[in-house]
Amino acid sequence: MVGARGGSVLGKGLLGIYLSVLVLLPVAALLAKSGTGGTSQFWREISNPEAVAAIKLTLIISAIVVLINAIFGTIIAWVLVRDEFPGKRIVNALIDLPFALPTIVAGVVLLALYGKGSPVGIDVAFTRAAIVLALLFVTLPFVVRSVQPVLHELDVSMEEAAESLGAGPLTVLRRIVLPSLAPAIISGVALSFARAVGEFGSLVLITGNLPFKTEVGSVYVFGQIQNENLPAAAAVSVVLLVAALVVLAALTLLSRWRSKHVL
Amino acid sequence: MAIEARHVSKRFGTFTALDDVSVTVDDGALMALLGPSGSGKSTLLRIIAGLETPDEGEVVIGGEQVTDTPARSRGVGFVFQHYAPFKHMTVHDNVAFGLSVRRRPKAEIEARVKELLGLVRLDGLAERYPSQLSGGQLQRMALARALAVQPKVLLLDEPFGALDAQVRGELREWLRRLHEEIHVTTIFVTHDQEEAMEVAEQIVVMNKGRIEQTGTPRDLYESPSNEFVMSFIGPVNRIGDAYVRPHDVEILAHDDGSATEALIKRVVHLGFEVRVELTLPDGRDISAQVTRANAAELELHEGQILPVRLPRPRVFAA
Amino acid sequence: MSSSASGSIALSSGSTGRAAPRGAPSADGAARARKLGVRTIALGYLALLLLAPVAMIFYRTFEHGLTPVWNAVSEPNAQHAFWLSLEIVAIAVPLNTVFGIGMALLLERGRFKGKALLGLLIDLPFAISPVVIGLALVLAYGKTGWLGDWLAENGIQVIFSVPGMVIATAIVSLPFVARETIPVLRELGTDAEQAASTLGASGWQTFWRITLPGIRWGVVYGVVLTTARALGEFGAVSIVSGRIEGETQTLPLYVQARFENFDITGAYTAAVVLALLAFATLVAMNLLTRRTRAETIA
Repeated sequence: MVGARGGSVLGKGLLGIYLSVLVLLPVAALLAKSGTGGTSQFWREISNPEAVAAIKLTLIISAIVVLINAIFGTIIAWVLVRDEFPGKRIVNALIDLPFALPTIVAGVVLLALYGKGSPVGIDVAFTRAAIVLALLFVTLPFVVRSVQPVLHELDVSMEEAAESLGAGPLTVLRRIVLPSLAPAIISGVALSFARAVGEFGSLVLITGNLPFKTEVGSVYVFGQIQNENLPAAAAVSVVLLVAALVVLAALTLLSRWRSKHVL
Repeated sequence: MAIEARHVSKRFGTFTALDDVSVTVDDGALMALLGPSGSGKSTLLRIIAGLETPDEGEVVIGGEQVTDTPARSRGVGFVFQHYAPFKHMTVHDNVAFGLSVRRRPKAEIEARVKELLGLVRLDGLAERYPSQLSGGQLQRMALARALAVQPKVLLLDEPFGALDAQVRGELREWLRRLHEEIHVTTIFVTHDQEEAMEVAEQIVVMNKGRIEQTGTPRDLYESPSNEFVMSFIGPVNRIGDAYVRPHDVEILAHDDGSATEALIKRVVHLGFEVRVELTLPDGRDISAQVTRANAAELELHEGQILPVRLPRPRVFAA
Repeated sequence: MSSSASGSIALSSGSTGRAAPRGAPSADGAARARKLGVRTIALGYLALLLLAPVAMIFYRTFEHGLTPVWNAVSEPNAQHAFWLSLEIVAIAVPLNTVFGIGMALLLERGRFKGKALLGLLIDLPFAISPVVIGLALVLAYGKTGWLGDWLAENGIQVIFSVPGMVIATAIVSLPFVARETIPVLRELGTDAEQAASTLGASGWQTFWRITLPGIRWGVVYGVVLTTARALGEFGAVSIVSGRIEGETQTLPLYVQARFENFDITGAYTAAVVLALLAFATLVAMNLLTRRTRAETIA
């Protein structure tokens, strides 16, 4: 920036303090706590059967949810870009609802329809299906919102060219459309995964938090904090954090690789 | 006020944009910095304005050392290539900006804005937003904005680059007349030799971060000091190490003994002038420029063999 | 002269629009049926996952008329939770707005080492579970945490009180303003700022009069997202607040407490209030997107 050198030094200092208070210091404290007892204690904490079950459940269910998201997210994005129907603008706006709606409300809302006394006769409360449902709800926008702009920019004439060369609709989809959308789908999937692994608010009420059955990683951490077992909470927290970071880092590397090789 | 850049060098990473460049612009002059892209002409202009800092060298405006003075205190008017309009402000507020950040009295600002909008012929458009103006109007608004603060010098970066041919021609002439009227020392950057020759009194030809030659348009055309200037200013035929302007190639009706024969490959009619593409006996292609009347008189047509005279070819030391 | 100028410019800029007749000519019966099928799947999925549950809670809340809703709303603890939520938002959002703009300027305009690291640091809250953020805050600022003794000596209570809840809320909503502002700042470019400086504007004058008006809609969009996220934060706040009814209970925490105490009307009413705020957010987002789009086209 031009000018205001003094002001910008002051600004940078304040910014540094702000980020330290908010992010650096707490994350450092977390890492320190998980490492206080050395690697053996860290290993003991995360190999506790209940912790293992929670982490495994988190990763498996997140993977399932992300897969469903990839399919339905792409379909929804396709309909929002290529289809025309009355009320499309409203549907498009509603996609962001899970981002705007507090997660605890998401849980309450899902229970109202798919919980005890469900008017449609479906009761998934306290089951693993409930976790899938809640995670699908909160991660819905990611794939849709990352595929939508790419699909919008995708040249229809490419598909028409393929059709004119004799390709059927499925071939066009498989050979032309999906390869172009793949990076966007993967990016949405990675963001969904990171979010699903850490999700808490929408799961608190709907899953019942039954150990070995519906207790996911974040809920396990919460339980350990309540039991004042902070080393265990910190150890599993680090595992969740690493899982999310690995996926996001892979995404960054992938997009960098792609921009180098495709453009 | 006179502008001086002394021994200015600037590097961006490994790229040398300016290599020990010195320029002097006299008070009240209208000078063009001419060169191909990457020649360093815009960088030099931005260093004079204070938008870039030179790695070495100094800038003196009106006898005052300004190398370390920030852009806002240099008293320069700068017109950006894409005009840099303040999109959220009206034309009036754009032009008034420089005065209003100086906290001038309102009456003074109003009077000055009115005067300038008249000068650039935008009266009546004061309440428009930049998005509602054409390219030529934006250009003139940017000029009015720069002139509002009564700058000591006026700097324009490719002022006509983004306009279509017709508007460009009109604005060139208008800029020249404006300069005669207000007489502020002006430097403009361009890659278009025709534009530089038409508008400027003095031209600095730049290439690869260095100055190739400085002079009046006529000097540069008639006595270029090297082959770069010769080939950058106006069309040129290269015959071995020699250079000949197409209009210096004479097509004769009869051989008078001093001519060689040439085969006409193509005759291109460009309005007043006619370009004739020729092949010499040694197989080299050159082009000649003749007037329409001349071409008609000689009844030039493809496949014809005619005597051609190539006077005083120019040779530059390597 | 000016008339010929504007005429030719308008002509050249008018031909940029792309008119692609999307699949119109080849729409035979099979293609139409396929399209209809895909549409049904997409809309059906959205209806079952999003619309029906949200509609259901509105129905359930108001099915016995307005009296129970009114009673639930006027419950003192509900009132307290509502105002506490607003209080936290009123502190955390302005902080994140100011620092978010600062971070965006630094990341987009600054030249310094460790820029990539700063970018990563700002995005980190998106990758961390709110529960983990809560835990990290307890470990840093709690009684047994790193700064616990120092804070206690100075009589500052962070955990189990409003400061901790503000910090937790600020962390989870940290990235929005910067992330929404950076692309707008890039789009804006530096030409106008440089023009302002050649006209004599100081750094502050340039920021207030040129940069900020240029990025305002991006900032406002970021603020809307920040507010929505801050208002709804549950996990991190749940841990650092101690969830004391009538004291450190925000509206989302109140929803959970009411639900677990089988006060379904109380829980639903508070949930509906939050849902209405979410809908307001959606409307604001849409108006702003249209506004920025209109401005970039113009």
